[in-house]
Parts: sequence; structure tokens; C-alpha cells
Amino acid sequence: MTTVTADHKAGDGTFDFYPTEEHHHPEGHSTMLGFWIYLMSDCLIFAILFACYAVLGGNYAAGPAPKDLFDLNLIAINTAMLLFSSITYGFALLQMQKGSVKGTQLWLAITGLFGLAFLAIEIYEFQHLIHLGATPQRSAFLSAFFTLVGTHGLHVTFGLIWLVTLLVQLNKHGLVAANKRRVMCLSMFWHFLDVIWIGVFTVVYLMGVLQ
Amino acid sequence: MASTLPTETHPILGKLSMSAFPLHEPIVVATFVAVVLGGLGVVALLTKFKLWGYLWKEWFTTVDHKRIGIMYMILGLIMFLRGFADAIMMRIQQAIAFNGSEGYLNAHHYDQIFTAHGVIMIFFVAMPFITGLMNYLVPLQIGARDVSFPFLNNFSFWMTTAGAVLVMISLFVGEFAQTGWLAYPPLSGSTYSPNVGVDYYIWALQIAGVGTTLSGINLIVTILKLRAPGMGLMKMPVFTWTSLCANVLIVASFPVLTAVLALLTLDRYVGTNFFTNDLGGSPMMYINLIWIWGHPEVYILILPLFGVFSEVASTFSGKRLFGYTSMVYATICITILSYLVWLHHFFTMGSGASVNSFFGIATMVISIPTGAKLFNWLFTMYRGRIRYELPMMWTIAFMLTFVIGGMTGVLLAVPPADFVLHNSLFLIAHFHNVIIGGVLFGLFAAINFWWPKAFGYKLDVFWGKISFWCWVVGFWMAFMPLYILGLMGVTRRMRVFDDPSLQIWFVVAGIGAAILAVGVAAMLVQFAVSIWRRKELRDETGDPWNGRTLEWATSSPPPDYNFAFTPNIRDLDAWHDMKQSGAQRHTSGFKDIHMPSNTGTGIILSGLCLVMGFALIWHIWWLAAGSFAAVIAGAIYHTFNYKRDFYISATTVTETEDARTRQLADAAGA
Repeated sequence: MTTVTADHKAGDGTFDFYPTEEHHHPEGHSTMLGFWIYLMSDCLIFAILFACYAVLGGNYAAGPAPKDLFDLNLIAINTAMLLFSSITYGFALLQMQKGSVKGTQLWLAITGLFGLAFLAIEIYEFQHLIHLGATPQRSAFLSAFFTLVGTHGLHVTFGLIWLVTLLVQLNKHGLVAANKRRVMCLSMFWHFLDVIWIGVFTVVYLMGVLQ
Repeated sequence: MASTLPTETHPILGKLSMSAFPLHEPIVVATFVAVVLGGLGVVALLTKFKLWGYLWKEWFTTVDHKRIGIMYMILGLIMFLRGFADAIMMRIQQAIAFNGSEGYLNAHHYDQIFTAHGVIMIFFVAMPFITGLMNYLVPLQIGARDVSFPFLNNFSFWMTTAGAVLVMISLFVGEFAQTGWLAYPPLSGSTYSPNVGVDYYIWALQIAGVGTTLSGINLIVTILKLRAPGMGLMKMPVFTWTSLCANVLIVASFPVLTAVLALLTLDRYVGTNFFTNDLGGSPMMYINLIWIWGHPEVYILILPLFGVFSEVASTFSGKRLFGYTSMVYATICITILSYLVWLHHFFTMGSGASVNSFFGIATMVISIPTGAKLFNWLFTMYRGRIRYELPMMWTIAFMLTFVIGGMTGVLLAVPPADFVLHNSLFLIAHFHNVIIGGVLFGLFAAINFWWPKAFGYKLDVFWGKISFWCWVVGFWMAFMPLYILGLMGVTRRMRVFDDPSLQIWFVVAGIGAAILAVGVAAMLVQFAVSIWRRKELRDETGDPWNGRTLEWATSSPPPDYNFAFTPNIRDLDAWHDMKQSGAQRHTSGFKDIHMPSNTGTGIILSGLCLVMGFALIWHIWWLAAGSFAAVIAGAIYHTFNYKRDFYISATTVTETEDARTRQLADAAGA
């Protein structure tokens, strides 16, 4: 019909209710916002787990307290693993910006290894605690502790599954728009888990040992 | 009668055995037989008319928001019949269990019925209804072709359905929870509820909850990202606004439910001590957390219906909505305040005067924006040319009914009064007053209003009016006696009564319920008659009510792509503006339209989740692990599909739009 200007006026000056230009939404334009909102909903789950830990975390039921259980050196190493993995994920994104599939994959793989190391240490810690008799069933404090930390660990596990899937998909299709979007989403997920871990490290471990 | 389920676990069958089937309960067996016969009949008919392929291709795997919306409504309707049957059974029991009579329901059965009634009505009736409504209408009202994530939409629907199916299975295999609809511990813990009832409850809600959360995210993003050009936030139709707020509430509250149910699951399955009475657990923690979800939930239910009433009042008064801006801000205020009131559900917990006062006052404050809305509707009607069509009748019935419910709510918000009325039938009367008078009346207004849009013909008025009057009269008769009984101190969930002087009120309530049943039947007849007489009731224009918002700009039912050209918006009530300005739709120059493809992944993954839920309920560990692995594998497999869209060719669009042009010409000529 007629050309449309920015204020939706048709050529003859009247308002153009039905522009013939297709109003285009680029593919995946909502994904980032959607994923971000999902992360916030996930954040709420952690908020509830933190709240439970805050309320129940002092109920030792004559069982072990944080001071008796936590080895801050181990946790420091663990935290370092996760923080390093966030940095290396950043390097993966830089490689993606440069358009290097191999570079992206390499740094993603390194990120995955750090994540794996984090999980291994966490599993070691858990089985050590259980060996000491500090099981999730022992007290409300331990129930809340294992659930909060374990839920974070589960998230890291799913992040790793996702990461491996993504490596395969990058191999198959390279840095197409869909894959770039997925790398960005996993990046948000990964950093989000880092932020949660900072909370866990502070509230559960540091404050626990200080008490 | 205690259930005789075995406690030992078989390596293959888990806790499942012949005794899980309630063969000793004649009511359940008769229902089962009826369901099986009915089900076989439907299957036979579908097979005879070779409809399975059609259903699978056009409906089950569809990513079209309109079809998913309709499927949600059908799910809600089916589950409504189940929930309503539960209600009738309770009313009969309470009307006859006097003077030493035990009634006709034993305690084990009765306790399941009141639990199932609440769970079904909230999670599998009200939620699918409002989700269906929002799914159908929001993209049309904002001039979009579909939601932002069409596949997730399909998946969400099937997850909700899987939850509903689990609840229905519990009727015939094992038992449902006997804890009340929120499953408070320690009663819902493994000590006092060792059988599968609470597990059915947990897994049904968890699976359906995934669907609800995802659909909430989906609709928020849709509203924020896919509005037609020119439609700023303050030019959105009110229904879209209330939907946006309801979905924000969904995303901000359902994760809390997910988390708290997961903790209860751990208590039951792993033996942790979150909500136990031993080893430092705190049952009150559960009650706080579940109401942090539960109070926003009631606003999730009512807000979209406030939007419906706004659209209806404005359309049938022939006026622009009074106070649009204040309506939007009132909605936002309610959204925020709904998070600050949860503790009013348990003033009797003993938090002390200060805490109770805070929550009591916060609760009363909510009545201010709600009152503002009511005045807005009244002023919209003031000096309007009101057409008393069915949607408008429901709206007026809502205003009269809901105000009473709102006021009894304010009474309950006063902590000292609440100490007397807590857990009494007064509370039951109050929330049925707002949920039936608000949510259900709103849904009926919406169904009568938008049915012509979805199917191209209006609903029959005669049966609609019969249903309307039975509902209104039946509602007042069924629930006013409960207010009185509650004031006399009768508590909820009672199965038998000692005081014979109370019986008359329960009999009156029972008669009210019977009138409601006639109203339900009349509504089903209304649907059937309308389908039968659809040629006479046909609406060719796509705009049978002289509507004001964009959904009326397209044909009824709308084409797959909703709008051949995305319209430009410059004013609130966009379609009204277009009609006033004499905007003409294009009849040529159509282009290819980009659309998402159908996929069976949603129904398959949800089916696997259903199997997983069932296996977890019955402790069939190998099956649970297997189906969980299959869900993960299936989801990963789905991500390897990069071709999720297609183009509707310009030729097809032209054919569709040409037919529409002829239809409009016929309508104008007739």
C-alpha cells in the first residue's frame, strides 16, 4: 500500500491501522528474557531453602553443629573450583564473540572440568559427613544443610549435562544463532549458580564456623 | 476404616498389590465401572469415526495457543464435574449424619473426598480455566500470532493434565490424601499418613506445578515482547494487564510450592526432619511456606477474572472502561499486597499481637484497591446503554455476591474475630463466596462472552439463563447456612454431628447444592443445545457484541495466524478505535506468515512424567529411575531438533482471507 513512517502514518497522513510491512520478531528474541525469568523462579526455590536453613539451622537436636563438621580449607578449594569455572566460561564467551567454534568448545570443556571437580569435592564432603554420623536424618539442621547444598549440587549436575549436550551441538551445527543463544543461556545459568554458591559459602559455611 | 495397604516393598511392584484396589468400597467400584464403560464408549466412538489421527495431529501436538487454550478449558470442565460430585457427596453426608447416624460415607472415604474436592477445584479446575482463558485471549488481545514459546505452552498443558490424571488414578488405585487440601504436617508426614494418599497429592501437584510455572513465564514474556506496534503497557486491554499480574504472581509463588512440597517429600521418602515433631523439625515452617504460595494463589485465580469483568462491563455498557489507569494500579497494588498477608491464614498460631496486627491490617488494606475496582465497574455502567446479555448478568451477579464475600473476608482479617471463626464453616462460606462468586461467575461470564470468538456461534440464551438463576440462587442457599453455622462454632471437615438443632441448616445447604447441580446440568445442556443449533446461532462478523479489543477484529474462530497483518495501535480499546476511524482490512497483498510447527514432544515427556510420578508414589524404584532417565533423554533429544517453524504460504493466507471477505460481505448483506 503506502509507506509507513515511524509514527504509523500512512502516506496520506491518516493513521495506518493495517501496515502491510510484516511486523517482524527475530527468531529467539524472547528467549533471554524468558530464561532470565526462569532463573528468578529458580532463585525463589533457593530463597525458600535458605529460609529453611535460617530457621532450622540452629536445631542440632543434640547432634553435631557446623563447627564440628565443616572443614573450611576443603570448602575454600571447592569455592575456588566454581569461581574458576565462571571465569573460564567468560573465556568461552569471548571465543564465541570471535567466532571460534574450537575455542568456545575448549573453554566450555575446561569449565566442565572445573564443575566436575567441584561436584567431586562436594560428594567427598557429603560422604565424609555421613560417615561421621551427620546424616540428613540426624537433625533439622542437617536436613536443611544437605537439602540446600545438595540442591545447588544437583543444579551443577544438570548444568554439566547441558554443557556436554551443547558441546555435541556445537560440533554438529557450529556457532549458528540457536547455539549462540544456548551458550548464552547456559552462561546465565552457570553464573547464577555461582551467585547462589556465594550465598551458601557465606551463610552456611563461614557463618556456621564463626558461631 | 483404616486402609490395608501393605508396608513392605516388592522389588518389581513396589507397594502396589491387589489390596490397593478399593474393591470393598461399593461407591468407588460403581464409579470405576461407570468411568470404564464411559471411557470405552468414547474410545470406541473415536475409533469408529477415525478421529485419533485428527486429534493427535490437530490437537494433542498443537502449539497453537487457541487450541491449547480450548484444551485447558475442557480439562477444567471435566475436572469440575469430578470436584462438584465430591461437593454433592459431602453435602449429602453432612445433611444426614445426625442423631447417631453415620451417614453413608466412612471416615476414610469422607476425608479423601474433602481433600480431593479442594485440591481438584483449585489446581485442576480453577487453574486450567484461567490458564486456558489467558492462553486463548492474551495473544489475540495484543495482536500476536502465538505465545513466545509455543512448544513450552503445549508441554505445560500436558504436564497439568498429567497431574490431573494422577489425581483421578488415586480414586481407583490406592487412595488420595486424607489431610485437607494443603496437607499440613505432621498429619501429612510418614508417621500419621504412611500410605500413598499424600504421595499422590505431592506428585500430582509437583508435575502440574511445572506446567503452571512454565506457562506463567511464557505468558509474561509474551505480553512483554509480542505486543503489536504502538501498544504501550498503558494501552493494553485490562484483561491482558490482569493476566500479566496473575502470571507474575504465578512465577513468584509456584516455586515456593515446589520447594515446600519437595521438602515434605524428603521428610516422607528420605526421613529428613523439616516438618516433623522430632529432632528439631518445625511443622509451622510448612504452614508459613505453603501459605506464602497459597495467598498469592487466590489472587492468581481472581485477577484474570477482574479483567474479564472489566471487558464485559465496558462492552455491554457501550462505554470506555471508567478509570482504566486506576484499574491498572489497583491490580498492581493487589499483586504486591498479596505477598504481605499470608499469615492471616493462621493467626491462631500464636505469633503475638504485633505480628497478627501487621498481617490483619495488611489484609484489610487489600480491600481498598479491590473496592476501587468495584466503583470503577459501577461508574462504567453509570449512564451506559447496558445490554443485559448473559456475560453482563454474570458480572452483576458477581458484583453483588463478591462484595459480601469480600466483607466477610475483612471480618476474618480482624485477629480477635479470627480466633473465634478460625477453621469454622464461616471461613468455608467466605472463601466459597469469593471463589464461586468471583472466579466461577467470572469464568461463566467469560465463556458466554468469548465462546462466539472461539467457535463462531453464540451460546443459547434460554438455557444460559436457567443455569444463571440456578447458580445464583443455589449459591446463596448453599452457603448462607454455612455462615450461620460457622458463627455458631461448627468447624469444617466434620463427618457426623451430635447436635440435632444444626441439621436444618445442613439440609438447607443441601437443597442449595441440589439447585447448583441443576445449574451445572443446565450449563451442559446449554453447550449441547448451542452446538446443535450452531447454524442459527452463527456469527459471521467476528464481532457479535460490538466489542472493543483486538480479538474482535479477526474472524471467529480466528485463523491459525490470528491476524493477516499485525495491526498498529494508537489507543486503548484498539478495535473500537479502528471501527470509529473506519479502518478497512486489506483484501490483497498477503505475505507468507512465519509460524511454529506442531510437536509430539510435550505429550510424550508429560506421559513419561506421569509414569514417573506413579512409580514414585508406589515406590517402584526401577520404573521411577527408568522414566526419569527417559524424560531427560527425551528433553535432550528434543533440543537436537533445530527446525521448529514453517511458513504459511501467501496463497493459503489469501484463500483464508478471501473466504473471510466473502463472509463479511454476506453478513453485511443479510
